[in-house]
Amino acid sequence: MIYRENGQFKTSYGADQQIFPIAQDRYLVLAIIAFAFIGVPFLADEYYFRAILIPFLILSLAALGVNLLVGYCGQITLGAGAFMAIGAYAAYNFLIRVPHMPLLGALILGGLSAAGMGILFGIPSLRVRGLYLAVATLAAQFFADWAFLRIKWFTNDSSSGSVSVSNLQVFGFPVESPVEKYLFCLALLVVFGLLAKNLTRASIGRQWMAIRDMDVAAEVIGIRPMWAKLSAFAVSSFFVGVAGALWGFVHLGSWEPAAFSVDRSFQLLFMVIIGGMGSIVGSFFGAAFIVILPIFLSQILPALGGLVGVHVSTTVASHMELIIFGALIVFFLIVEPHGLARLWVTAKEKLRLWPFPH
Amino acid sequence: MKIRSLALAFSLAAVGITSTVTAPAAFAQAKEQFFPVLVYRTGAYAPNGTPWANGYVDYLKYVNAKGGINGVKLSFEECEFGYATDRGVECYERLKGKNGGATVFQPLSTGVTFALTDKAPVDKIPLITAGYGRSESQDGSVFAWNFPLLGTYWVGADVAIQALAKREGGFDNLKGKKIALVYHDSPYGKEPIPLLQERAKMHGFNLTLLPVAHPGVEQKATWLQIRQNRPDYVLLWGWGVMNSTSLKEAQATGFPRDKMYGIWWAGAEPDVKDVAEGAKGYNALALQHSAEPESKIVKDVLETLYAKGQGTGEKADVGSVLYMRGLISAMLGVEGVRKAQERYGKGKVMTGEQTRWGLENLNLDQKTLDAMGFAGVMRPVQTSCLDHMGSSWVRVQSWNGSKWVVNNEWFQADDKLLRGMVLNASRKYGEEKKITPRTPEQCKM
Repeated sequence: MIYRENGQFKTSYGADQQIFPIAQDRYLVLAIIAFAFIGVPFLADEYYFRAILIPFLILSLAALGVNLLVGYCGQITLGAGAFMAIGAYAAYNFLIRVPHMPLLGALILGGLSAAGMGILFGIPSLRVRGLYLAVATLAAQFFADWAFLRIKWFTNDSSSGSVSVSNLQVFGFPVESPVEKYLFCLALLVVFGLLAKNLTRASIGRQWMAIRDMDVAAEVIGIRPMWAKLSAFAVSSFFVGVAGALWGFVHLGSWEPAAFSVDRSFQLLFMVIIGGMGSIVGSFFGAAFIVILPIFLSQILPALGGLVGVHVSTTVASHMELIIFGALIVFFLIVEPHGLARLWVTAKEKLRLWPFPH
Repeated sequence: MKIRSLALAFSLAAVGITSTVTAPAAFAQAKEQFFPVLVYRTGAYAPNGTPWANGYVDYLKYVNAKGGINGVKLSFEECEFGYATDRGVECYERLKGKNGGATVFQPLSTGVTFALTDKAPVDKIPLITAGYGRSESQDGSVFAWNFPLLGTYWVGADVAIQALAKREGGFDNLKGKKIALVYHDSPYGKEPIPLLQERAKMHGFNLTLLPVAHPGVEQKATWLQIRQNRPDYVLLWGWGVMNSTSLKEAQATGFPRDKMYGIWWAGAEPDVKDVAEGAKGYNALALQHSAEPESKIVKDVLETLYAKGQGTGEKADVGSVLYMRGLISAMLGVEGVRKAQERYGKGKVMTGEQTRWGLENLNLDQKTLDAMGFAGVMRPVQTSCLDHMGSSWVRVQSWNGSKWVVNNEWFQADDKLLRGMVLNASRKYGEEKKITPRTPEQCKM
């Protein structure tokens, strides 16, 4: 009843082609963004910012990038962690080696470096596809691991191989306290989210989807596979690279290559698969599922045990966390193979008819 | 429909439980000194993380059983992070404000230590890294909140070279010798490299660096290199399963185990137990203590906790090397609080900032240690503003096939060499982070 577009007439092409053609959607998203900017800083405490919200925002951005490549262009990648690392280390080097380098400039340049490497490691996609491509992109992961562990120049000759940044600021505003960091990440995520959505609606996104759905047919109707695939790799790596730089700069503050290990690549791929391939909102669902659920479980299990009078030790809680987490992944993949985003779409369909389904 | 009601029920239950759980916590009285415990009882490093955590928690329980610190009881909460840096940071954020605020953090992970070093000064919580962490953080004038008590990796590396020199009959005899460092490829394993390079320059031995990727179960290539290079000695800088794998590979390669020297994190029971006879003769440094099942403190703990069924772990593990390290780590934190109470009021709960003062002015002489039951386990520890390490006594122990045997010869790191390196590195860090080192006057505050 509430969610019904009756009476909303579109009188121009612009109105018909906007991102959220239904008014309720539009207002809901605007309300969520407004709440995230204005409401959350007053409601959340430091723990929520540092341990949950900031990682969630940054990994959402990374998942968004992976989704552009995997979900929209159909090129499976296992190198996302590597591109995060490249983004982080490149941004770090730009920041410390170029005098007066602004933070945003370093982040963008970090993203661009990742994009460059993305194109390089995307070249195999012109010949191989599917699982073979996934294995080929794994090479990026090992290359990045090796480079940042072995080439001392990248880590500014730090003896332990760990690098760190501090005193971050943007346009004279410090990015130090949790709220500032949160707002900074949120602002970037909103900009990049809008960018991603519009890219997928534009000609380039349609080319990616055509390649994903059937590359031979796409080629026949005049889409250049090389351009489409490599641009997808570049854009995706740019997003992931910026996310990696944020992960190092804003979330960790000091990091080592292990922060961007192959586990991270898998994690990002899982986010996209669980959240929903080829769906912008799915990236956020997937990131929320993977970031928040384990932390939630590790806190709720001892508490649950306490309620029924059982002392749950740290070991048991930690094992239970993995078991439940794994079981939920299997559950969602069986019940809804198209990801959480599809559940959301189904819910919206039902809401349109609710409460009179017939 | 079913899914939706299920999801609804789940989220409702979750919300309900969260609110009931968090509510009483807010009312918990702040009269207790809160010790957060970062542990890894699961994951690749669990065999080493578990005894450490048991020792740590046992000592806190033991202090409580003995009436607390001048009457102040201790509370503690574990947080499992599986040696993953990001989860460790999450645990830190989760626990730092709980129960009236964390007293001190001891992450038992060099990666987490690096990540927390920037956060500790902001949150005003000291960081004890007994036997690990950043080596340059010994300089308390720059690293006001880091306490690498008892020893750093540079101390370890320095003593290892001294032990080799002793065995060869003097530093001069090290000239031309080949020494290989087999290390965990992480900040932990890389820490000793600058010092070893410095020593290599001084004494003219050849240093070969052989990194092993996390978690260290794949070392065939590394040991092939050792077989080709035939180094005179191998220094082992591993953690967890990497150590036992190294020893097995050494056995397979035929490298004499008695020419292998491990750091104190490669010198515990889980590292050698599986290899047993194959590791016979293997040497490892002992960060003051070794396995101490006969010490008075262990007997006290057994009597006060385990006899009543209140122990945290297995009775058989009490007194093992890593258990002792956890126990001593907890003891250092507790003694920091006790020292702080002398200044800020006995029987009061100390804040992180007050504990920091206590740790910086720690003075555990042999008499105090003996009275606490640490006779034969530890040597005195005395910290100051400039020296946050407090002592650099190290012994060498060797595995006889079934247990660790300590050689009762005490080594100490070369202070002249270390001091210069520490100051150089800490000044560099201070410049990067725009920290002005504290002056002696500021130190007294």
